[in-house]
Amino acid sequence: MALLELTDVEARYGQVRALHGVSLAVDEGQIVAVLGANGAGKTTTLRAISGTVRRSGEIVFDGSRLGRRGPEAVAKLGVAHVPEGRGTFAELSVEENLKLGGYTRRGSIDADVQRMAEYFPWLEERSAQHAGTLSGGEQQMLALARALMSRPRLLLLDEPSLGLAPLVTREIFRIVRELNDQDGLTVLVVEQNAAIALEVASHAYVLEVGAVAVSGSSDELARDESVRKSYLGY
Amino acid sequence: MAQFFQQVVSGLASGAIYAALALALVLIHRATGVINFAQGEMAMFTTYIASALMVSHDFPYWVAFFVTLAIAFVGGVTLQRVVIRPVEQASILTIVIVTIGLVLIFNGLASWIWTGEIRPFPSAFPNDTIDVGGVAISVQDIGTIGVVIGLVVLLWAFFEFTKIGLAMRASALNPDASRLVGVRVGWMLGIGWGLAAVLGAVAGMLAAPTVFLEPNMMQGILIFAFASAVLGGIDSPFGAVAGGLMLGVGLNLVGNYVDFVGSDLRLPVALLVILIVLLVRPAGLFGKPVTRRV
Repeated sequence: MALLELTDVEARYGQVRALHGVSLAVDEGQIVAVLGANGAGKTTTLRAISGTVRRSGEIVFDGSRLGRRGPEAVAKLGVAHVPEGRGTFAELSVEENLKLGGYTRRGSIDADVQRMAEYFPWLEERSAQHAGTLSGGEQQMLALARALMSRPRLLLLDEPSLGLAPLVTREIFRIVRELNDQDGLTVLVVEQNAAIALEVASHAYVLEVGAVAVSGSSDELARDESVRKSYLGY
Repeated sequence: MAQFFQQVVSGLASGAIYAALALALVLIHRATGVINFAQGEMAMFTTYIASALMVSHDFPYWVAFFVTLAIAFVGGVTLQRVVIRPVEQASILTIVIVTIGLVLIFNGLASWIWTGEIRPFPSAFPNDTIDVGGVAISVQDIGTIGVVIGLVVLLWAFFEFTKIGLAMRASALNPDASRLVGVRVGWMLGIGWGLAAVLGAVAGMLAAPTVFLEPNMMQGILIFAFASAVLGGIDSPFGAVAGGLMLGVGLNLVGNYVDFVGSDLRLPVALLVILIVLLVRPAGLFGKPVTRRV
């Protein structure tokens, strides 16, 4: 059974409908990519899952329907959302950002802070620094580390490559893959850069104007000339 | 010289009261961008509760003090959840008008329950003076300053070292990101109102022995608290405390040494301070200037 399953999910911002019935599934331990052009509804799909946009249709996570649950409740179920623009707390220290990441956890989170320092060695020496003073890549890594602090069952990652140098983007995707390999972390990643996303993901959905246009395994999609030309643009 | 020091200490004591109420204003403003005009009347109302506990129920002073703080906290949280939450998404102006409505409600309610007559309120500290290097200093002043300092330190430790304190700061800075990590932002705002009500209750109980208990007792003090908060920077808790103490000392010295000001013109002087700060340095002495993206 899928860990996350969306059936005919719709979402709107005021009067404007952004999703017109998206259906997709993510199995436990999978990395799944959501691709598509600007405005196709990729970000809205993640926001519908985490409850930061008003949605209808059915979203089932780990056997329970999300219904009208808000973002706080969805986070508590074990979904960590790294939003577009990262959503780090610029005025708080790196350490405080990590602590907030572990907010839903009970008991000590020191071991997790240690573990994050293994993935991102610079975190430790900068723990007192304000997050706002970090570079874009470091902030993205901090946002990722903060999300992992909750020990999520599902990680929602929104355009991790946005505004970052290609090398930094590679590094972030390498870490995501490593987390998936070692800990079996399940990831749903939205990405503009289809090439890199298809390398990491096992499965992908391509959205067009708020609905799924094509889906399949990453290999299939990457090999299919027409899909690449018409949807992925490379 | 001895008189000068006495005036400074008594200024610090009034300033500590302004600081407590200013801190309450800053707490709510930081979290929601709203000035709670009802902060003074909430303080007055809780002071009446303390008086009722002592007079009608024979509670000893400190028992009544802490029971009142607990009632103030629960009352503040309830007020936010029941009255403010429904208009949370509305414009700032709407919320401000709701808080002005609360002013009228608390004022009317206090007059109705306890009548408008002026009542005495006991002080926790004896009406003595102690001699510090030849200067006679009022024990009440020292006590007032001590209570407020203790409260500020506790509050600081709460925000700095506890999980909820951190979550409250995060909620004020970035509510959306806070929800994503599982913080229940609505309740954090509620707790903020509760803490503000506690600060107000302390200010009210410390002020009442000198201004006496009556439904309008906090109105002047609220103006001084506004002036303190604006002086220190409306988003800076440290600024609110520093601003309160500076204003208390400043007004006391001006009132005593500038003949035409006396005790009658202190309020206009405080308003002048608000005006000058807003014109010259809108962010206040300790606030960071804010540039908003349009």
